[in-house]
Amino acid sequence: MILDVAGLHKSFGDLEVLKGIDLKVAERELVFVIGPSGSGKSTLLRCCNRLEEPTSGSIRVEGIDIMAPGVDINAVRRRIGMVFQSFNLYPHLNALGNVTLALRKVLKQGKSEADDIGMRALARVGLSEKAKAYPNELSGGQQQRVAIARALALEPSIMLFDEPTSALDPELVGGVLAVMRQMRESGMTMVVVSHEMRFARGAADRVVFMDHGRILEEGPPEKIFNEPEHARIKEFIASLNG
Amino acid sequence: MGKFTQTFLNWEVMAQYAPKIAEGFVVTVQLALLVVIAGVASGLVLALVRSFRVKALNLLIVAFVDVLRAVPPLVLIIILYFALPTVGVRMSGFVATWLALSAILAAFAEEIFWAGILAVPRGQWEAARSTGLSFVQAMSQVILPQAVRITIPPLTNRTIAITKGTALGATVAVGEILYQAQTGYSFSYNPSPLTLGAIAYLILFIPVVWFGRWVETRFAWKR
Repeated sequence: MILDVAGLHKSFGDLEVLKGIDLKVAERELVFVIGPSGSGKSTLLRCCNRLEEPTSGSIRVEGIDIMAPGVDINAVRRRIGMVFQSFNLYPHLNALGNVTLALRKVLKQGKSEADDIGMRALARVGLSEKAKAYPNELSGGQQQRVAIARALALEPSIMLFDEPTSALDPELVGGVLAVMRQMRESGMTMVVVSHEMRFARGAADRVVFMDHGRILEEGPPEKIFNEPEHARIKEFIASLNG
Repeated sequence: MGKFTQTFLNWEVMAQYAPKIAEGFVVTVQLALLVVIAGVASGLVLALVRSFRVKALNLLIVAFVDVLRAVPPLVLIIILYFALPTVGVRMSGFVATWLALSAILAAFAEEIFWAGILAVPRGQWEAARSTGLSFVQAMSQVILPQAVRITIPPLTNRTIAITKGTALGATVAVGEILYQAQTGYSFSYNPSPLTLGAIAYLILFIPVVWFGRWVETRFAWKR
């Protein structure tokens, strides 16, 4: 198991956002998390690298209990790549600088070594020629691919995607999904929160449907999309198709 | 017209006191530079300390900042120079002026830097921390470079406003421009040294004001 979440609860004040989540993700698996807004999908992802502090429950990444007292959270985090809805590229650094910052500061690599690895990561997302471009000179889709390269460069054991395409213009979504598909083919373990149902049907091993802070149902995409046990899911999927 | 020139632009008097004004110019420049360095640096340190969000410490910082932003610089200089000796703390007028202006600049700079740090979107922290950067690394590599860029225009303006306060040093016998000009005036019974002093301030601060304007356009934020 790369990721093993058990009995995860998360409250913001009086609001309980996660009400006991159990989720296991095996190596090379692509798990898709869907559900209505406010169902706790993003919070679940953000608990997995403790960007949000879980209220209770356990989370293991590659067998390491990341909630254990004294755990080196920075060491854990570099094993978990995260891609955000709003890209969050560093505007004062160019694409290569964005990709290599953690290589140099966290892994303590020299500039030439970091640049080599950074260039390879940019090549994987098809943006070698944009290495010197600053984020404001890139389209949203390109920014998101640089953000993916930034996470990939650290060679994480799992990648978390938090609605990676929902801030993009429709014509830019394809490029990001193509990169994700190619990562999938190269065997990356991925957890994706997204509403790209076509992508989910084609690429996901498993779809998890969340509602009101709980996992309502999970299973292979055909099952969840075509014959879910819960009418709630049918409604939700119909609503996405407009 | 002859009388006006005779009174305010008297060449003889001006020539006589020009060396003194030049001396004052050097003192003003020294004082101003020391105020800028100490004030901006301590303001930055205070803002960084505040970012650790230690409650008791932050209350202290906020109290310090609010008091110093509220107190008139002259009052602070007078307290340091005239009041502290009664409890045995003595300092020169130069040091008193430097301390007072630096502390006030530090207070304003702290608020400006802090606002700059808060203005950097949360997502920047999250991206940095999610790649394994520590709090300090994220602050120094990701947040501060962006915060400083946002803060430079307001900080430059505030710094100019406070360094002009070096003229207050005249009240505690700091031999800066205004002091020399006033002294020249009282010895010569002619205000021409004051004119010369005003010109000296213009020579010193107009380039600084221009620099501030250049900085504002140069660092206009783009994403």
